Amino acid sequence: MINLVSFIPKAVVQGIPLLYGSTGEIVTQKSGNLNLGIPGVMYVGAISGVIGAFNFEQAVKSYQATHEAADTFLTVFVPMLSVMIPLLSCLLGSLIMGLIYCFLTVTLRANQNVTGLAMTTFGVGFGNFFGASLIKLSGADVPSIALTTTSKYFSQKLPFAETTGWFGKIFFSYGPLAYFSILVAIAAAIIIKKTRVGLHLRAVGESPATADSAGINVTMYKYGATCIGCMIAGLGGLYYVMDYATGVWSNDAFGDRGWLAIALVIFTIWKPDMSIFASILFGGLYILYLFLPINIDHMEYQQLYKMIPYVVTLVVLVITSIRNKRENQPPASLGLPYFREER
Amino acid sequence: MANTTPAVQMKNITKRFGLVTANSGVNLELYRGEILALLGENGSGKTTLMNMLCGLYFPDEGEILINGKPATIASPKDSFEYGIGMVHQHFKLIDVLSAAENIVLGLDEKLDIKKASAKITEICNKYGFDVDPSQKIYDMSVSQKQTVEIVKVLYRGADILILDEPTAVLTPQETEKLFAVLRKMKEDNKAIIIITHKMHEVESLSDRVAVLRKGKYIGDMRTADTNAAEMTDMMVGRKVVLNIIRPEPVNPKDRILVNGLTVKSEDGITKLKNVSFTIRSGEILGIAGISGCGQKELLEAIAGLQSVESGSVEYVDDKGKREQLLGKDPKQIRDMGVALSFVPEDRLGMGLVGNMDITDNMMLRSYENGHGPFTDRKTPQKLAQSVVEDLEVVTPGINTPVRSLSGGNVQKILVGREIASAPKVLLTAYAVRGLDINASYTIYDLINEQKKAGVAVVYVGEDLDVLMELSDRILVLCGGEVSGVLDGRTADRNEVGLLMTKVGGNSDGKN
Amino acid sequence: MAKTNKSEPLFHIAKRSDMTFKKAILVRVIAVVAALVLCAIITMITTGLNPFTVYGSMAKGAFGTVRKSWITVQDTSILLLIALALTPAFKMRFWNIGGEGQVLIGALATSAVMLKLADHLPNPLLIAVMLVAAVLAGGIWGVIPAIFKAKWNTNETLFTLMMNYIATQLVAFFIIVWEYPKGAGKVGIINPKTELGWLPKIGNFMGSKYMLTIFIAVLTTIAMFAYLYYSKQGYEICVVGESENTARYVGINVGKVIIRTMFISGAICGLTGFILVAGIHQTITTSLVGGQGFTAVMVSWLAKFNPFIMIFASLLIIFLKKGAGEVATSCGLNESFSEILTGIIIFFIIGCEFFIRYKIIFNKKSAKGGNK
Repeated sequence: MINLVSFIPKAVVQGIPLLYGSTGEIVTQKSGNLNLGIPGVMYVGAISGVIGAFNFEQAVKSYQATHEAADTFLTVFVPMLSVMIPLLSCLLGSLIMGLIYCFLTVTLRANQNVTGLAMTTFGVGFGNFFGASLIKLSGADVPSIALTTTSKYFSQKLPFAETTGWFGKIFFSYGPLAYFSILVAIAAAIIIKKTRVGLHLRAVGESPATADSAGINVTMYKYGATCIGCMIAGLGGLYYVMDYATGVWSNDAFGDRGWLAIALVIFTIWKPDMSIFASILFGGLYILYLFLPINIDHMEYQQLYKMIPYVVTLVVLVITSIRNKRENQPPASLGLPYFREER
Repeated sequence: MANTTPAVQMKNITKRFGLVTANSGVNLELYRGEILALLGENGSGKTTLMNMLCGLYFPDEGEILINGKPATIASPKDSFEYGIGMVHQHFKLIDVLSAAENIVLGLDEKLDIKKASAKITEICNKYGFDVDPSQKIYDMSVSQKQTVEIVKVLYRGADILILDEPTAVLTPQETEKLFAVLRKMKEDNKAIIIITHKMHEVESLSDRVAVLRKGKYIGDMRTADTNAAEMTDMMVGRKVVLNIIRPEPVNPKDRILVNGLTVKSEDGITKLKNVSFTIRSGEILGIAGISGCGQKELLEAIAGLQSVESGSVEYVDDKGKREQLLGKDPKQIRDMGVALSFVPEDRLGMGLVGNMDITDNMMLRSYENGHGPFTDRKTPQKLAQSVVEDLEVVTPGINTPVRSLSGGNVQKILVGREIASAPKVLLTAYAVRGLDINASYTIYDLINEQKKAGVAVVYVGEDLDVLMELSDRILVLCGGEVSGVLDGRTADRNEVGLLMTKVGGNSDGKN
Repeated sequence: MAKTNKSEPLFHIAKRSDMTFKKAILVRVIAVVAALVLCAIITMITTGLNPFTVYGSMAKGAFGTVRKSWITVQDTSILLLIALALTPAFKMRFWNIGGEGQVLIGALATSAVMLKLADHLPNPLLIAVMLVAAVLAGGIWGVIPAIFKAKWNTNETLFTLMMNYIATQLVAFFIIVWEYPKGAGKVGIINPKTELGWLPKIGNFMGSKYMLTIFIAVLTTIAMFAYLYYSKQGYEICVVGESENTARYVGINVGKVIIRTMFISGAICGLTGFILVAGIHQTITTSLVGGQGFTAVMVSWLAKFNPFIMIFASLLIIFLKKGAGEVATSCGLNESFSEILTGIIIFFIIGCEFFIRYKIIFNKKSAKGGNK
């Protein structure tokens, strides 16, 4: 029997990066852009946060060496900046990735699949390169990147996590970015479903020509949705490294979570609110093997459990295409460039 | 004309697409409280001109004035701000959204579907429309979709309205209803442009007529001061004496027997209902009907491209042996030895591959004739060469992608290929749509030659005059049913016109 | 209501069809050169080397020794093979981004036969069975999404993407089943003593062990070119890709073509998996393909689906990989540097296509419209 009290929190922390990734990708795909660069974006988001935090921690260290501990700068501004600097660096890095994607696919009308794959190549390479070379490049005197100070802020649990027993463990034992991811997903769902911006976004993704003739600025919506989507996805990378991995960067550790996030988009049939539960479910499936009774002679079944999220996604993809219900289909213009004067 | 300042004034407008000039130096004026009919043949640049008013295209040269002031309409948004609303021929609606969501699309106000629905209902009541604001577009019929389009424009309070061939998809009753609404709007002092090429609509509805020909502005006049003959003259540039030759059929024999054919579309709408008729060799069978009455499905069913509910399509060979064509795809029909050629309505979407060159397009019908696994390129090359020469196709060479050719030349290539295979049956759908007069006559001649060679020809057309001069027999379709079969030589224009709008006139289909 | 003081848009974009072949090549060359210059600048900033040293050192990484040159050519061959495999699918507008999984499954089938049948079959027959198993496995892996596409129009991009990870986990599963020694978590070299199932060397000279791979790649390139441009099936693929309606109109069975083409696509991927295991590594790992299934998508696309141009495209990517790897290692930096450079080059090349397909028309009030 699985111990749910220890399983659920582990599933949740696995699910949070996926939730950021899938929410970002849903927002992007709603505009008709199939961004296969999301895995790369999440790497860039993570490493940008790391670069920001690393440089800041180094700077604080040298500052500390020359100032007293009770310095107001250290007590007041440093905690705030420790959060803001990685956060902003992460958002900036992801935003730049989004802009590259949009410039190529929207402005220059390049093929979305090729652009996306190139972004993933670039992004993963960028992450691994700086992850492994940051220390040398900055000439710092540390053995490895371990941003424990920054991580301390990002993995701050809610105050009642320890005092409320199993309830606290399941609901309160996460860092602030985890709760923020749920807020973002809910906000995205409401905006897409209920607001004018969301209506226009859906229209752009369904039929850019129609949206255009209705006076909606297609280019702006595509840029906006994709860039915001990338920034949301980037936060997933930041959460992973700062909270889940407690500030320790190791190359390729993020793995294939970016692709899993894209799978989630299909699994949730383009609904960010569904993604909250689906992400945690996928997160659970991702680590399920750790909790199942394992015969030490048959460790191989672990690998089959890891396959479950992808198989489940395929099943959903197939079922929605067979049922062919109009509301559950991918945005009709997904993957296609738009050129107004095409004829 | 209530006002002396024109609501819209277009001066010297030119628009080019690549090497094609769609509009050249066009001038147009529109006043409040009037309905202007914009006349012109297919491809004369009417739609392009209107698209510049509603911000979809931007003119290469020229100036637009709204209410006497220079206006820059760079986007549809600008166009709304000037109070311009357009109902496009191809509806600009999003299938998965509801009517209300589509109607408020692109507006700036806060999204409140309830409030919007109330306003929509109010507009509907005022003009007598019937729209359910919460209905999804993909659940709607064509005329419902058009209604949504019109309500959309009214919802925005547009006072300059453009309607691009709004009646093409409507029944006569629906058309009358629409006209009543338009007259009401005119009384509201709105300015209205209607694009059409149906003369009786121009005469019954419009105050003024403006004519375009080959992208050029020919002139305008008060409807009351002109007549159909004069307008046609202006449209086509010279008095139309059609004078299409109609040789007597030689020894006509039954070639294809269509019996009780019933076809439903994917969404379950009946497209053809119990259709029966005969196609004979050495004869041209014209098919008349307003667009969307099942012509497309009928030809595609015969050609093996349309799945059928019930009925039969039998091919009769020279010896009188009958063979069933239904349930077979075009390749199987070909393999049976039935030489059936088909010039479909959608030339670049079905008959040809736009991005392939002329030679490769010739190969579409013959690519399987090569030796072993490889294609034979020599024969299609020769065919391409001879089609280009014989039909005077204007092209830089046979290696030019057909997409970059003009409509007439594309059609010559398609027809040239289809008759090159020495068919026994030739099906043509809207063979001269978008072609100029000269190209049209080339096509008529080609069709007549086929007829003289003993081919059984089916000609689906939209121009009734041509249909009546070309066809030996005319089959009239209405709402997917046969409403009559007439002799082309004795048929009366009014009679055909009546049958086109009357369901089930003479539905046994024998004459 | 009407606003009058709106400025005219500065420029607008129009489609062009009149660019000559030479000019189009020139645009691409300019893009590559610009990308290389940018790469040099970035390398300068991160490593402090001057640009000439950078490219000199890159050339050394790829072609510095005879052995390095052979490996560069071999790696190019592998990437080229995967790109060739994907191309018929792309020509059909079927976005097969499942090359990674199709190669892996081919490799898995090869390994299975190599491990389990080595003692039961004579070596030539063993290799033949390995080949057939790999081709079939890859083919089937490719056909699965094709069937769903043909029947229900299931989105193939997402389907093939998922299939990659199913293949990866399947390989991970079997690696543990076959692990040697127990608990090692890897298979190790298969048949290390007997060398059963290993592909033979051709000839006996420096680099002879690379020859077979290169030979197969060259042969496949020529065959694929002939298939795509001169065969009936190639023609059908092209028609289906351009317009399914036209295909139906001439009686091409669209579903059949989709399934057949994806079988070929997957089968060549399977063949590549076979070479990777039997000819190069003699073992299987989950990272055997190393993302080349994705890189190959870009290679095929960059070459505009022309097999011969793909040779250069794959060489360029492998050169960057080897070269940047060398530069990074010699400066004590991480090898992933090459992926950054590859990304940049691809961004430039896909971006430059715009200038071949479209032109920008600046609106000059005084001029005659500026269409020429």
